[in-house]
Amino acid sequence: MKFVDEFRDAELGRAVAAEILAAVEPGRHYKLMEVCGGHTHSIYKYGIDDLLPANVELVHGPGCPVCVIPMGRVDDGIALAHEPGVIFTCFGDMLRVPGSAGTLLDAKAAGADVRMVYSPLDALRIAKANPGRQVVFFAIGFETTAPSTALTLKRAKAEGVTNFSCMCNHVTIVPPLRALLDSPDLRLDGFVGPGHVSTVVGARPFEFIPAEYGKPIVVAGFEPLDVLQAVHMLLRQLSEGRCEVENQYSRVVPYEGNLRALEVMAEVFALRPHFEWRGLGFISQSGLRLSDAYADFDAELRYGVPGVRVADPKACQCGEVLKGVIKPWECKVFGTACRPERPIGTCMVSSEGACAAYYNYGRFARERELV
Amino acid sequence: MDAVSDREQRVLDIIETARSKRAKFRDERITMAHGAGGKATQALIEGLLVPAFASPALDGLADAGIVRVGELGLALTTDSFVVRPLRFPGGSIGDLAVNGTVNDLSVAGARPLVLSLSLILEEGLPAETLRAEVAAIAAAARAAGVEVITGDTKVVERGHADELYICTTGIGVLDERASLSPAAPRPGDRILLSGRVGDHGTAIMLARGEFELDAEVASDTRSLWPAVDALLDAAGPSLRCLRDATRGGVASVLNELARAADVAMLVREADVPVDPAVAGAAEILGIDPLHIANEGTLVAVVAPEAADAALAALRAAGGRGDFAQAAEIGTCHGAPGGMVLLETAFGGKRVMDMLVGDPLPRIC
Repeated sequence: MKFVDEFRDAELGRAVAAEILAAVEPGRHYKLMEVCGGHTHSIYKYGIDDLLPANVELVHGPGCPVCVIPMGRVDDGIALAHEPGVIFTCFGDMLRVPGSAGTLLDAKAAGADVRMVYSPLDALRIAKANPGRQVVFFAIGFETTAPSTALTLKRAKAEGVTNFSCMCNHVTIVPPLRALLDSPDLRLDGFVGPGHVSTVVGARPFEFIPAEYGKPIVVAGFEPLDVLQAVHMLLRQLSEGRCEVENQYSRVVPYEGNLRALEVMAEVFALRPHFEWRGLGFISQSGLRLSDAYADFDAELRYGVPGVRVADPKACQCGEVLKGVIKPWECKVFGTACRPERPIGTCMVSSEGACAAYYNYGRFARERELV
Repeated sequence: MDAVSDREQRVLDIIETARSKRAKFRDERITMAHGAGGKATQALIEGLLVPAFASPALDGLADAGIVRVGELGLALTTDSFVVRPLRFPGGSIGDLAVNGTVNDLSVAGARPLVLSLSLILEEGLPAETLRAEVAAIAAAARAAGVEVITGDTKVVERGHADELYICTTGIGVLDERASLSPAAPRPGDRILLSGRVGDHGTAIMLARGEFELDAEVASDTRSLWPAVDALLDAAGPSLRCLRDATRGGVASVLNELARAADVAMLVREADVPVDPAVAGAAEILGIDPLHIANEGTLVAVVAPEAADAALAALRAAGGRGDFAQAAEIGTCHGAPGGMVLLETAFGGKRVMDMLVGDPLPRIC
């Protein structure tokens, strides 16, 4: 595949890996957080951590939109799915996320009309094809996916589609990062910045990380060479005593972001005063709701959801995993009560969740060479 | 990464133990995941079905059961077909109904002989559709050298089935050259693949038109007997085992074998043949081609001394180039037992697990 294979070149990968090895100070341990679940996925998919020196550790951050949805919101979604006449639509990963009493997949098996879609426009299309039914779209994601939800709602409004509504769970990236950085138990040397989010918001919103917290950040793409290069750029900053926002993903990310997308988001969404994150608790101004101009399309207003806050399961330490305080295997229920087939916490649900990734791929520690 | 600490090692061991245990079936309802060929399917089969029937023949969890009648070894297998849409590039439900059952017999080392055919028809199904599928069944049976010798038809009310479901049962005669067992692979053995991966599943996904992707990908549905015949000729008793890489894809099949034989398998991603169109579609949808279903691709484990001859024979099998893309994709190792590792094309190594649930595309 052109424009893809170039970024997966094994020889170049070895060259960057060698430069990384040369850039690390022996005896120093580096903890770098990749903020975005997409990076976590790439790191495991390509075996990138297998190519890093032993003292460079990648910590998986809170940037997997499925992983941060709290149980109460899943329960609300399931309640909507069971409303008579409703076709409930959501992305596939969301189907397996446990609420307090089962998943959307279980709700589907129990008779709710739950359908997996690949884009919010698919949900709108279903609404137009089923004028006698109500179609609810369960919207999740950071600034990456929020513009497509916004555009879909704009289209629904322009076309006067009345049987379509949206349960908005969109979140923003900066508040959780700030919450993480404020966390006293956090020990990180730098961040691999979220490339997809940055295509929308740009790299500028991350300037507070070096400025206020003294940590370097490199916004990175998702191909294996992108990730390796970002790690190298972070190590270079650290060894040269620099601390700034760098943009490794400049082929896609404009420093100022995508103004058109930001405009559409500003029109369709408004900030919630606070939003609950799995494991991280309530974070101020971190979630989006539909703006007053789009209140007619707000499923939470149209139906009135239970809105009961469900505490995270006591044993579940998703929050500490998301904060990078503990590794997945250090969680009390990891691999025993909580497994990919039967997840307790959301980190085990999405293939991009830190725990699922470690469960599926991390068991092969490099010390256990093939015999 | 630091050396694995004791505590991490204990957690890793717990995961290993959990993986090696027979799966339990504890779900309250059947979900679509139980049909996807991955871990939920495994739990359904190993946790509910196998214990209920307690037949030693079931323990191998093979694609076909073996029954001996005097000197004669027979393989019996059955399969249901519910594919949607009924027709897709490269084939149709009729082709699958014949080839799927023929292939389950073939990879058990049995020459396919006869089939039964059971049709479940939805009220209102156009006769034209049925005629076309019956013709497809007849043609596929001819091509595979099997006879349909008995059958049944049922009609259900509109809405109680989706157009047409087909069940076929097949009997084959165990080939004398074959001594296959999923527990047979040994360290040093080579892993062969009979063709490209991911064609069938991708063709179906594209035919459903849900993705607005245009690509020319055709199902690989075909009889695998010519490939098995050639492998048995070339490798004989050095052929350890065969699997048809259907639901769950090559990754799931290799995990089953690694577990059954308690060997480690290392697959070299760069050596796995994938059609560029399939790779592109999988990339966009966030699916690994090694997790996508095939309907005419097998995995063979061969002793090292016979591997080259087996691969050459496989590539020439059938004489029509059906298996020309066959490749050696990996090797078996002694430890870590039960684990399948992938050496990625980028150079890193990682675990390649069975499919969990349906292959869901990533969302960010």
